[in-house]
Amino acid sequence: MEPRKKIWLIGILLILWYPIYLNLDTLSSFIVYNIIGLTPGDHLTESIRFFVYEVPKVFLLLALIVFFMGIVRSYFSPEKTRALLGGKNHIFGNISAASLGIVTPFCSCSAIPLFLGFVESGVPLGVTFSFLIAAPMINEIALILLLEMFGWQTALIYMFAGLFIAIFAGWVIGKLKLEHWVEDWVYQMQATNTEFNEKLTFFDRIDRGVEALRDIIAKVWLYIVVGIAVGAGAHGYIPENFMASIMGSDKWYSVPLSILIGVPLYSNAAGIIPVVKVLLEKGASLGTALAFMMSVIGLSLPETIILKKVLKLPLIITFIGIVSLGIMLVGFVFNLIY
Amino acid sequence: MKKIQVLGTGCAKCKKLEENVALAIKNLGLDYEIEKITDIKDILNYGIMMTPGLGIEGKIVSSGRLLNVREIETILTTDNA
Repeated sequence: MEPRKKIWLIGILLILWYPIYLNLDTLSSFIVYNIIGLTPGDHLTESIRFFVYEVPKVFLLLALIVFFMGIVRSYFSPEKTRALLGGKNHIFGNISAASLGIVTPFCSCSAIPLFLGFVESGVPLGVTFSFLIAAPMINEIALILLLEMFGWQTALIYMFAGLFIAIFAGWVIGKLKLEHWVEDWVYQMQATNTEFNEKLTFFDRIDRGVEALRDIIAKVWLYIVVGIAVGAGAHGYIPENFMASIMGSDKWYSVPLSILIGVPLYSNAAGIIPVVKVLLEKGASLGTALAFMMSVIGLSLPETIILKKVLKLPLIITFIGIVSLGIMLVGFVFNLIY
Repeated sequence: MKKIQVLGTGCAKCKKLEENVALAIKNLGLDYEIEKITDIKDILNYGIMMTPGLGIEGKIVSSGRLLNVREIETILTTDNA
């Protein structure tokens, strides 16, 4: 499509977005009661209405934020991030690395090249870890779903808790001086002196936004639909306070237990958050639910095993241990507060 | 003959990029040799950290994206202009 036409189309869609979003409640009622013709108040009807309302709402929010994040990300390449972080070997380095982890494009398949690229150009080990922990854990999909299901406070809590864990774990790994647990060949690598720098026009950046939108929706739509369907169904069928007995805040072991269950589980934010919603509704405490969610999204066994190529086993174990400890702290603190 | 580099350790996107490159070359009737860079250390030496990457005569033109055939054709046309 011609760039100018594309801008017009995006502009029109953006203008249409808001009234549709605002009227979803009316629209979904109209579809369920008038078009399909179900009786209001009926248990099954309300489950269907919840689904018809929730799915487009999540997709609208997701589309908007992912599009804008795609544009924002085009300003932050891993190459630029690496240049910013070189030689920063104190807590400030960890803080910047964790924050940049949120905005720098990242996919788990590039964890190893990123690790190598950071280390060979002189980014300290602990700072590199802060980046690698924050990047997958704090992402726009997790934040949007949290915002949509639990409100902005919970989304912010998740973001800051994630930042805290990334900074804390990276800082500890840096202090412990574990460089000798990195595979020897990594530090023997020659630092490259070529740097790829892309020149992008504003049109290109908008294209990146559209591209991000297409990629991410294609990747997560099924998780979201299934997740919301499970949420809508479980709502009526699992007894109230069912989870309180094992995931309630009065049980001290609920946090470590949920981390133990969460780490081997592999799912993305889109798949896990609707499940977390059910857990919370059925009596799990916020700290425990947060801990469970973070250990599923942020620490996944398959992804950590890939790191075996560049890290020796003791470092992998230390890494999992310290991040779990950080998540546990977050869980306990929130159980204490709420 | 000019060389075009497809950089990637063998992920699905890297293979797809290679197919797209081959198709673009064929569509334009150009003479390029596709060179596959699969060793992670070599890839990093090109100055990129996101795969798949694309280079022409050793110079990186794209990183971390699966370019479609039309985008590659545009790149190749500018390269030959």
